[in-house]
Amino acid sequence: MNLRTFLLGTCSAVALAGLAQAETLTIATVNNGDMIRMQKLTDDFTSKNPDIQLEWVTLEENVLRQRVTTDIATKGGQYDIMTIGTYEVPIWAKQGWLLPLDNLGADYDVDDLLPAIRSGLTIDGKLYAAPFYGESSMVMYRKDLFEKAGLTMPDAPTWDFIAEAARKITDKDNEIYGICLRGKAGWGENMAFLTATANAFGARWFDEKWQPQFDQPEWKNTLDFYVKLMNDAGPPGASSNGFNENLSLFQTGKCGMWIDATVAASFVTNPKESTVADKVGFALAPDTGLGKRGNWLWAWNLAIPAGSQKTEAAEKFIAWATGKDYLKLVAEKEGWANVPPGTRTSLYENPEYQKAAPFAKMTLDSINAADPKNPAVKPVPYVGVQFVAIPEFQGLGTAVGQVFSAALAGQMSVDQALASAQQLSTREMTKAGYIK
Amino acid sequence: MARNVSTRRKLVVTVVAWTIGILIFFPILWTFLTSFKTEAQAIASPPAFLFFDWTTENYFEVQSRSNYFKHFMNSVVVSFGSTLLGLIIAIPAAWAMAFAPTKRTKDVLMWMLSTKMMPPVGVLVPMYLMFRNSGLLDTRTGLVIVLTLINLPIIIWMLYTYFKEIPGEILEAARMDGASLSKEIIYVLTPMAIPGIASTLLLNIILAWNEAFWTLNLSAAKAAPLTAFIASYSSPEGLFYAKLSAASTMAIAPILILGWFSQKQLVRGLTFGAVK
Repeated sequence: MNLRTFLLGTCSAVALAGLAQAETLTIATVNNGDMIRMQKLTDDFTSKNPDIQLEWVTLEENVLRQRVTTDIATKGGQYDIMTIGTYEVPIWAKQGWLLPLDNLGADYDVDDLLPAIRSGLTIDGKLYAAPFYGESSMVMYRKDLFEKAGLTMPDAPTWDFIAEAARKITDKDNEIYGICLRGKAGWGENMAFLTATANAFGARWFDEKWQPQFDQPEWKNTLDFYVKLMNDAGPPGASSNGFNENLSLFQTGKCGMWIDATVAASFVTNPKESTVADKVGFALAPDTGLGKRGNWLWAWNLAIPAGSQKTEAAEKFIAWATGKDYLKLVAEKEGWANVPPGTRTSLYENPEYQKAAPFAKMTLDSINAADPKNPAVKPVPYVGVQFVAIPEFQGLGTAVGQVFSAALAGQMSVDQALASAQQLSTREMTKAGYIK
Repeated sequence: MARNVSTRRKLVVTVVAWTIGILIFFPILWTFLTSFKTEAQAIASPPAFLFFDWTTENYFEVQSRSNYFKHFMNSVVVSFGSTLLGLIIAIPAAWAMAFAPTKRTKDVLMWMLSTKMMPPVGVLVPMYLMFRNSGLLDTRTGLVIVLTLINLPIIIWMLYTYFKEIPGEILEAARMDGASLSKEIIYVLTPMAIPGIASTLLLNIILAWNEAFWTLNLSAAKAAPLTAFIASYSSPEGLFYAKLSAASTMAIAPILILGWFSQKQLVRGLTFGAVK
């Protein structure tokens, strides 16, 4: 093939693609179980809407975030529907990058969406993204190990109980570790867990004047507690463990407890993947008696970028994918246990779902207990439970995550880590103009 | 005269070389083995090396979920297209620098290499805007252009080194016989530098095949090559190591086979001019 034919061929391919584009929706999404299931079930949508075709771009979460951010910030127009997290929605909506979802149809029933999830996606009274699945965090524990140690897990444990139980269960000679928690640096990794936990300890990222609070005793208590607990009862090398590493440890029977996303419940109870599937119990995320539980709130949502040419078709698809009928469709094809959790009240009222998903009640209670607008014990100027919904947080959260991860690894003391976190967040926040 | 090498020394060297070779190859082998495990076996600890129930279900799953052939064709067009286009530009450029150097040739070479020193993400937004405005986003033409530009400095540098080894007198003789400049390059220089050009070609195809920053960022659904195919199987929330391994194996297999067959050319080209 010479260059001319090649170029001609490419040009005509581009032209043809351009012609066909009128009816094709390009959807950017993440590689999570529920999303993959949706891709397999789209025949139902295309048979009802024969004039709309779907094209999927599935990417790893961090790659996707960078990719869609570049596209939306430059108005690149490559995607008609984007899958974005609860962190992005308020920031992007304020930038005017997203279209409000006003026309999802008469039978969409917006009021059925879980209030905690819906409020995170609503800005100035308008819904800017529709939740596809939602999650919070909770305690997953091994019933058999608890029984052996003579312990009973309460439905709503305190951190003191968790720490005591973790130390009791730990049997390092047999590679059983009382508790597995995130340690890998990253705003969505260890900082998601630590920020949420800090809320339960009465700490906060910033005071009302955006002054960083790492020099306050509440943060010292949080980090001290976490580092000591992990040294006594955590697995070796915990400072490089994220969700997947802990999932793998828990599934192979090495963790007594694991506090992480509620979405993990369906993985650890799946006998095909997990060696402890029938021995897992669930409890609410622990508190310290201050009125806040360290449980976060996250949802993967579908949104339409502003300036989209195919708004009507995109709205139709979003209404299909996040509607009530979709939940029924999944239940029919794959069983109730595989229905995307955490978005609709009606799902949790369904007796069939309650029977098929032993973690249903705990998930609902966890989600309802999270309050993104008032996440901490003391008042804060920001929105977000396990993150701070400002554009600077990705960089800042990861930088602080790195020093906290270093403290866990023993490369620096807790005091040094906090001083360093205080210093770098003061610098960042001053530079960004929050601190006048 | 060849040095005397004792059998023992040979043995030691062979063992060391094999050990290093296996160490370097091990991650690829591990990926390959993992691709035949179930997801549960893939995370088992201690891991099973060879004795597990081999299964091909990951390959079927990957095949049913994504259109491998589309990504494969995109990779072929983008890597071969950009390398060929690069060679067409680089051969005359390297000729000029090797046989008609000026005072500034060295500086120009250095300047070209310096473009490789900047982290690509630094120009992501300007590039993205240029691509958007010229309608090149998510097109194979766009990816061919950007990969040509990225690999051009390496192609020119490699060819320049090879061309330097060719005696200028031969070209001069061709000129005396009345060969025009284009004839001189096409009929005299190029055939003599074939091993060098071949290894440049192969190395750059491999580099373009594996390029994962621009190909991911400038493509969406239509032009996405195999790098995007792999990225769609990685996930921070969920263990899909076996499927990810199957996808990786499928993505590297073609280029591995190409490299295997052209090994001789590659080594010959890379050591071309080593003996004076």
